[in-house]
Amino acid sequence: MSKHRVWVYGDNVNTDVIFPGKYTYTLKTPEEIAAHALEDLDPSFAGQAQPGDVIVAGCNWGCGSSREQGVTALKYAGVRAIIAESFGGLYYRNCINQGVLPAIVSGLRERLHTGDEIELDVANAAIRAGDQTFTFARLSPSVQAILDAGGLLPMLQRQFGAQEMA
Amino acid sequence: MSGYTFAEKALARAADVATARAGDILDVAPDVMFSHDNTAAIRRIFAEIGAPGIRYPERTLFTLDHAVPAPTTQHAQNHAEIRAWAAAQAVHWFEVGRGICHQVISEEALVLPGETILGSDSHTTHFGWLGAFGMGVGRTEMAALWATGQLWLRVPEAMQITLTGHLQPGVTAKDAALRIIGDLGMSGGEYRSVEFAGDGVASLSVDQRPVLTNMMAEFGAMNAYMPPDQIVFDFLDARRTRDYAPLYPDEDAVYNQRYTLDLSTLEAQIALPHQPDNVAPLSAAVGQPVQQAFLGTCTNGRYEDLAAAADVLRGRRVAARMIVIPASAEIMRRAAETGVLSTLIEAGAAINTPGCGPCMGNHMGIPAPNEATISSGSRNFRGRMGTADAPVYLANPYVVAASAVAGCIADPRDFLA
Repeated sequence: MSKHRVWVYGDNVNTDVIFPGKYTYTLKTPEEIAAHALEDLDPSFAGQAQPGDVIVAGCNWGCGSSREQGVTALKYAGVRAIIAESFGGLYYRNCINQGVLPAIVSGLRERLHTGDEIELDVANAAIRAGDQTFTFARLSPSVQAILDAGGLLPMLQRQFGAQEMA
Repeated sequence: MSGYTFAEKALARAADVATARAGDILDVAPDVMFSHDNTAAIRRIFAEIGAPGIRYPERTLFTLDHAVPAPTTQHAQNHAEIRAWAAAQAVHWFEVGRGICHQVISEEALVLPGETILGSDSHTTHFGWLGAFGMGVGRTEMAALWATGQLWLRVPEAMQITLTGHLQPGVTAKDAALRIIGDLGMSGGEYRSVEFAGDGVASLSVDQRPVLTNMMAEFGAMNAYMPPDQIVFDFLDARRTRDYAPLYPDEDAVYNQRYTLDLSTLEAQIALPHQPDNVAPLSAAVGQPVQQAFLGTCTNGRYEDLAAAADVLRGRRVAARMIVIPASAEIMRRAAETGVLSTLIEAGAAINTPGCGPCMGNHMGIPAPNEATISSGSRNFRGRMGTADAPVYLANPYVVAASAVAGCIADPRDFLA
């Protein structure tokens, strides 16, 4: 169980406002990318986000482009998990592949305001907000293994490193 | 036991397993994997994996299309890195000016019915028009595909969209796509395989079909599908270099939602700022001033789209500046040969290099603050074209051309009589 400050957003937050397309071929380092996180949605976010913060949003978070920087930007701004009523499919995959927990939870957003705290219990797939507990579905074992490895890249590094050793 | 959807059949084939059901997690080996201007960034991730090289270069291809020709030194450096990597790995390679990835891959018949294609671009749903399973992936996923030739996928649930009848003059597949997204919302197809059916599909040309499968990206779909017929086979037979086996869903496949759209009664639609599901009948926006009209993109930059604009513009002059970007060199050449390009130029349109152009705000038509654009593209999110305070309207090519002439959003029927 760990405590996290939340940022609360609405429905259909798309990748163009999470990380604008005009930067996709020029900004390279995760730190540069994080400096523009949520630029066209919430200009206060990039400057004020803290390590361990959590996003709580409505339906279809991360719809639109496949651009992975939509996750990179938030991850390097400090975001530990994204809790939404639903996700854009490509964004959901990008979260797992970058080691950021995507949790599908309904009914939580209405209870929270930006700056509130929640408790996250990853082992039991549960979230506590005030006196209420919300649960989310566990990932399948093979997908959970990617998240546990810290993402797809560390997992592949292990796989190819092991091949070299053999 | 019930039958199988297209997605279930295609992913079972790609994973080399006997059968698959929605919800199964499979290691899928795609027939084709592609990336574009994001290839250099994928290369940097790939370098960290420690793999010796691209596992299947013959299944891998790169295009340059998202910012071409290079608008800045940084973009040029990005392109230079990609060229060097393409040469080193002996992959399929398409230079600046050849066109937009989805159009070029279709024209080159590099993916065929019943096959699976994964691309680091959300509009990879496009390839459903050929009866292929096409899905967008992230950059790390593409790096994994280069290294191993496979990727984990969850077999999606499916919905069926039945198209009946045929389109009226001045109405296109774009209007059908906007109507579907407007009716069901931009999360309406979330996580799902959107499988088209019905006699309306057969009535659509090879230039109209991809509009629908392409725009299902704006519907939240994982992939889209149209049953391939003789029109598709004829298109491919002149171009392909290998055989294929089309896949069709079973009559008793499980669809968790069904939706029917009658093309015969469909009217022109428009997506108002700032979401593609903020859809209204065109008449709701007629008269709204626009400063720029953009005709192009993977959604609506094909030959019929240019010809539709030419039908409206013949003998007229544009009042709002108009930018035309053919989706490929093949389209541009055909438009030059038939006189369509001359008609557009004589009307005052500016023609640019085949590619994505200003669709995602890189270059070639970024609006000033508060300038309105009417676009034949698929996305109008705030800031999409590079300027947060510039409203973008989405419509079909006839409407884009008519609005360019009028200087405000206009009904093309007034120009097509």
